[in-house]
Amino acid sequence: MNKGAALSSGIDTGEEILSVRNISLSFGGVKALTDISFDLLKGEVRAIIGPNGAGKSSMLNVINGFYHPQQGEVWYCGSKRKSLKPHQIAYQGIARTFQNIALFKGMSTLDNIMTGRFTHMRSNIVSQAFWRGPAEREEIANREKVEDIIEFLEIQAIRKTPVGRLPYGLQKRVELGRALAAEPVLLLLDEPMAGMNIEEKEDMSRFILDVQQEFGTTIALIEHDMGVVMDISDRVVVLDYGKKIGDGTPDEVRNNQAVIDAYLGVPHE
Amino acid sequence: MFYRQAGDFKKSYREDIQTFALRQDRRAYYVLMAIAFLVVPFFINDYWASAVLLPFLILSIAALGLNILTGYCGQVSLGTGGFMAVGAYACYKIMTSFPDLNIMIVVLLAGLVTALVGLVFGIPSLRIKGFYLAVATLAAQFFLVWLFNKVPWFYNYSASGQINAPARSMFGFNITGAEAHAPARYLFCLALVVLLAWAARNLTRGRMGRSWMAIRDMDIAAEIIGVDPLKTKLSAFAISSFYIGVAGALFFSVYLGAVEVGEVFGINQSFLVLFMIIIGGLGSIMGSFIGAAFLILVPVLLKNVMVNGFGWPTDIAAHIEFILIGGLIMLFLIVEPHGLAQLWRIAKEKLLLWPFPH
Ligand SMILES: Nc1ncnc2c1ncn2[C@@H]1O[C@H](COP(=O)(O)OP(=O)(O)OP(=O)(O)O)[C@@H](O)[C@H]1O
Ligand SMILES: [Mg+2]
Repeated sequence: MNKGAALSSGIDTGEEILSVRNISLSFGGVKALTDISFDLLKGEVRAIIGPNGAGKSSMLNVINGFYHPQQGEVWYCGSKRKSLKPHQIAYQGIARTFQNIALFKGMSTLDNIMTGRFTHMRSNIVSQAFWRGPAEREEIANREKVEDIIEFLEIQAIRKTPVGRLPYGLQKRVELGRALAAEPVLLLLDEPMAGMNIEEKEDMSRFILDVQQEFGTTIALIEHDMGVVMDISDRVVVLDYGKKIGDGTPDEVRNNQAVIDAYLGVPHE
Repeated sequence: MFYRQAGDFKKSYREDIQTFALRQDRRAYYVLMAIAFLVVPFFINDYWASAVLLPFLILSIAALGLNILTGYCGQVSLGTGGFMAVGAYACYKIMTSFPDLNIMIVVLLAGLVTALVGLVFGIPSLRIKGFYLAVATLAAQFFLVWLFNKVPWFYNYSASGQINAPARSMFGFNITGAEAHAPARYLFCLALVVLLAWAARNLTRGRMGRSWMAIRDMDIAAEIIGVDPLKTKLSAFAISSFYIGVAGALFFSVYLGAVEVGEVFGINQSFLVLFMIIIGGLGSIMGSFIGAAFLILVPVLLKNVMVNGFGWPTDIAAHIEFILIGGLIMLFLIVEPHGLAQLWRIAKEKLLLWPFPH
């Protein structure tokens, strides 16, 4: 069963829930991340920004176990994390969405989000084959949680629609729903608003803030739209060419000369 | 024709997730079951059992099994014939080693043995995908057939190299052997089909089925949700092989009675079952049945029409049958790549709205 809630129960809001320490990651000759350290405090929205290729997605891939850095440590809920597989990390309460939509195309909205409940379900193969009894009860209990999420994200009308038929903005929303279904302690969002119009971005921003406030979820958010970042994040970390060049509140980061240079494209010496 | 869901509202999630969500579908299902169990046994004769009903029922089980692996979990397999052979030979060895064991238990045990073998052959699936996995399962197919031909222990050192099913009975009726009773053989297979189809439906609609489909649709996203790819693929291989093993055991013991492995469980058998699920519908329980029915019934129908109806020579009829079936397969795939089950679903959606499509 999902251990996220138990793991994080000793940590108060505003205390460190996860930190990456001196992470270096390279692919052959390409240095994706160089000696990166930063922390996430419980309950905050932490934005990760930076130009294209800065290493933002790679950072999330380190946090949820897709990439194993050559150097550095990940600390989670007060202890150093061993090298784990992504599916094991899911059981620790970390969920994410992808930069390129990664929904299950052959399934409906409902089934996609139900799949997100995977770590909260455990009926064995025999009871599943019988269905009546434990498996059905578990299915219904989890269905109720999923219906809450569907209502929260205002996607009741597309419950039974195969996700492949949905427009892009709704697909992003379903993917958020799938991640939320895991009731994550830490939610990693990789450009959840990319390619959206202003109205859709406003909706998405509202959902993210609601998640933070209603569930106390810690959120790491990669986003290119500076307006959105400044609006909804508590703190911002800035990466450029795999190095950390800024870290602080939105205001601090906005006035940081290195950050301004990186975004204006001042050549590196 | 009235096909309606009006007034058929779902009052609970439990009702919403039931197999036949429409009252009308539910009724049709009960009627079908009643006919299959209570009417057909009184009319069945050896010709109908051997030409149509037994192969249809047994290959439906194989199609269900392959559909779990390929349709639901996305792992293509060309080893179905080989795994059916494992079921058949396991059945034979168990029957001859434990003559007193109930035939139903023998068949289920043969399925379990096949599940273990399938588990072993599923291990490479973590590393190799798609086309390459298909080639690996093809290797398994040839290896297994070779093995059963080569090692005399498997056929109890019989001079012919064949395996023959001894007579076994249930409730006093012979199920296997030369004196087997057509209604009893039919009911024996039917009971297993209903049981296994029901289990397959349950497995595919819950947590396990969703984890299979998640691996099929987007394995990276499946992993971050907590789905262990190795465990999930292996569970699909094992369960699928269980079904295919049961089908192989029945094909040998109840249907044919005697088997020469290369002839019966060769690569042709693998392709036949694969065609069944492609035509019927990948990732659909009903599709497995439709596909099996199509590929068993249409040839019988064509043969009857051409040989008995038109009086054509059998060899010419066989060739024409080949061409017609091939043509039909292509036609269906062009019209609806998701199979006949999808065609049926779309027709139903249209009917539900008819005559006011907006
Ligand atoms: N699996 C991989 N194999 C090789 N190189 C990789 C891999 N993943 C990332 N990289 C490289 O690491 C660098 C950082 O990539 P990353 O995707 O993390 O950037 P990003 O900040 O998310 O950019 P964007 O804003 O475009 O999404 C890039 O140079 C990229 O080519
Ligand atoms: Mg990226």
